[in-house]
Amino acid sequence: MKTVEEIKAAIEAAVPGAGVEIVPNPSVSGQHSLRLAPGCALEVAAFLRDDAELALDFLSNVTGVDWPDKEVAERVKVTRTVTKVVDGAEQTVEETVEETRKRVEPGCLEAVYHLFSVKWKHGPVVLRLSTANRTDQVELPSLTPIWRSADFQEREVFDLYGIVFTGHHDLRRLLMWPEFKDHPMRRDYVEPDDFEFEPTAHDAVLARTQAHRAAHPEESASQERAKA
Amino acid sequence: MNFPALFRKKEKPAGWNQPAVMQTHGEGDLLEVAMGPHHPSTHGVFRMDVALDGERVIRLKPVFGYLHRNHEKIAEGISYLASMPYTDRLDYICPITNNWAYALAVEKLTGQEVPERAEYLRVITGELTRFQNHASSIGFLIQEMGASGTPLMYAFREREKILDLFEELTGARMMVNYMRFGGCRVDATPAWLDKTRAVVAGLSGFVDEFEQLLRSNEILMARCQGVGILNPELAVNAGITGPMLRASGVNYDIRKVDHYGIYDRFKFRVPLGDHGDVYDRFMIRLLEMRESIGILEQALKDIPGGPVMDPKAKSRGFRPKPGEAYGRIEAPKGELGFYLISDGGPNPYRYRVRPPSLINLTVLEDMCLGADVADVVLIFGSVDIVLGEVDR
Repeated sequence: MKTVEEIKAAIEAAVPGAGVEIVPNPSVSGQHSLRLAPGCALEVAAFLRDDAELALDFLSNVTGVDWPDKEVAERVKVTRTVTKVVDGAEQTVEETVEETRKRVEPGCLEAVYHLFSVKWKHGPVVLRLSTANRTDQVELPSLTPIWRSADFQEREVFDLYGIVFTGHHDLRRLLMWPEFKDHPMRRDYVEPDDFEFEPTAHDAVLARTQAHRAAHPEESASQERAKA
Repeated sequence: MNFPALFRKKEKPAGWNQPAVMQTHGEGDLLEVAMGPHHPSTHGVFRMDVALDGERVIRLKPVFGYLHRNHEKIAEGISYLASMPYTDRLDYICPITNNWAYALAVEKLTGQEVPERAEYLRVITGELTRFQNHASSIGFLIQEMGASGTPLMYAFREREKILDLFEELTGARMMVNYMRFGGCRVDATPAWLDKTRAVVAGLSGFVDEFEQLLRSNEILMARCQGVGILNPELAVNAGITGPMLRASGVNYDIRKVDHYGIYDRFKFRVPLGDHGDVYDRFMIRLLEMRESIGILEQALKDIPGGPVMDPKAKSRGFRPKPGEAYGRIEAPKGELGFYLISDGGPNPYRYRVRPPSLINLTVLEDMCLGADVADVVLIFGSVDIVLGEVDR
């Protein structure tokens, strides 16, 4: 099988401006991956499937991965001009101080595709697509038109991670129920205290009574007296 | 009816791999039926929303999630080893192969070596698992055809013998928790190996009996042949794996492709179907059972002595280097893969199960469109799923 570098070169020759980037994998498995620009992903996928030499006709696995925003603390050397009193006279001195600066690295959601070839019996080739951020720009192109096996798996990623796959023919929740709001596989997901909480009429009546009692303490005092 | 040559060059019409939409020809309204979630044929809690035009299926939408417990999220919160018993609960008919796939993925991530004897034990237990899975899956298929009991009980009789072996080896009949990263948890005694040899010697007679009972049965042929046809090009494109893919005539067996473990040492054939219908899937399972017996006989003959765990292996409290690995095996139901991302911590950063049962259902609608509603039960049964793995 071709190495990732060769596959990258082949993609760039076939799809101009594809913007492929190799993501090295430092573990012993040696399964390096290719990050695609979402804009050209469909074209690249069609090339990978139909190219005679690669023939990656079998999309095995689609995985969602959440990379939350990371706060990175760095020690930075800062030079600034300070006014100091040296030997009784005011002087402006350049001073270098080390400072800890905190910076937020924006996170993203990622879809990872594992491809194999049934024709040549090789693989895996790993593709990665990342969204721009985790909140409002979470669209990725769906690869379902190229490989049908992405059908349920992309629905699952949409359900559990909230990546919106544009071009998917039937993008609904797969495992959670349709009324469910959040995406439970995200790293910052917090479970609700009560999954089945529904405000009932009883709660509304209780709240109204409590508000009324708070507004009219003399009524409840007279009721207490009547009870006694 | 034979399929055209696979992978030949031709222009395919647009949308050839997308779900088909059927038009009604009759008059009047469609009948919408929710089959399941508690239907005897669904092997668990699974629903199919079916739209019927008379007896014909016009639309079929599977509904999942009744057994969803977010196995992957649980695994992100516990150590690598602690996930091992949870994998038993994925496909609870064949826990050993689930263990194996997970152990293989972690070994790929960390580079641990597996001793020779442990590899043999993995093959022996794995093939026993495949045998009992195929036997009971055929039994269930026949039961869904209306033969309540007898063939299924024949299959379960053999399954009991195999589960007794598992109980003796691992301490549990189904939730075995047997594999470890870099080997197996306990060694097999010589007495256990002898007992296994005796059981394996009897399996061949069972397959003969089972085949004689079923293969040429007129009702079975009438119900299964030409029903639920899946063409090989769609099967590959939709990620179908396992006996279902091979019944469509595609030669792809991960034991032959990846040679994981020590599968390159055994002689076995990969049975292939010709029509891709329910009958072919049934026959492929029957033939694979025969091949499994062959592998078992070879493995039980050659099994060497030695340790079953790599003495240097550390299964508790280890932290793999940052990186990722995808490991996969040919489980009885298809390609079972585990994808792990490590960030250097004691727990996996991401733990993904590639469930063959779920992905094999992708083409359920394509196979069922235009079929009678009674055949839906059969086609669904021939996919061979376990809901513990579909919903995870």
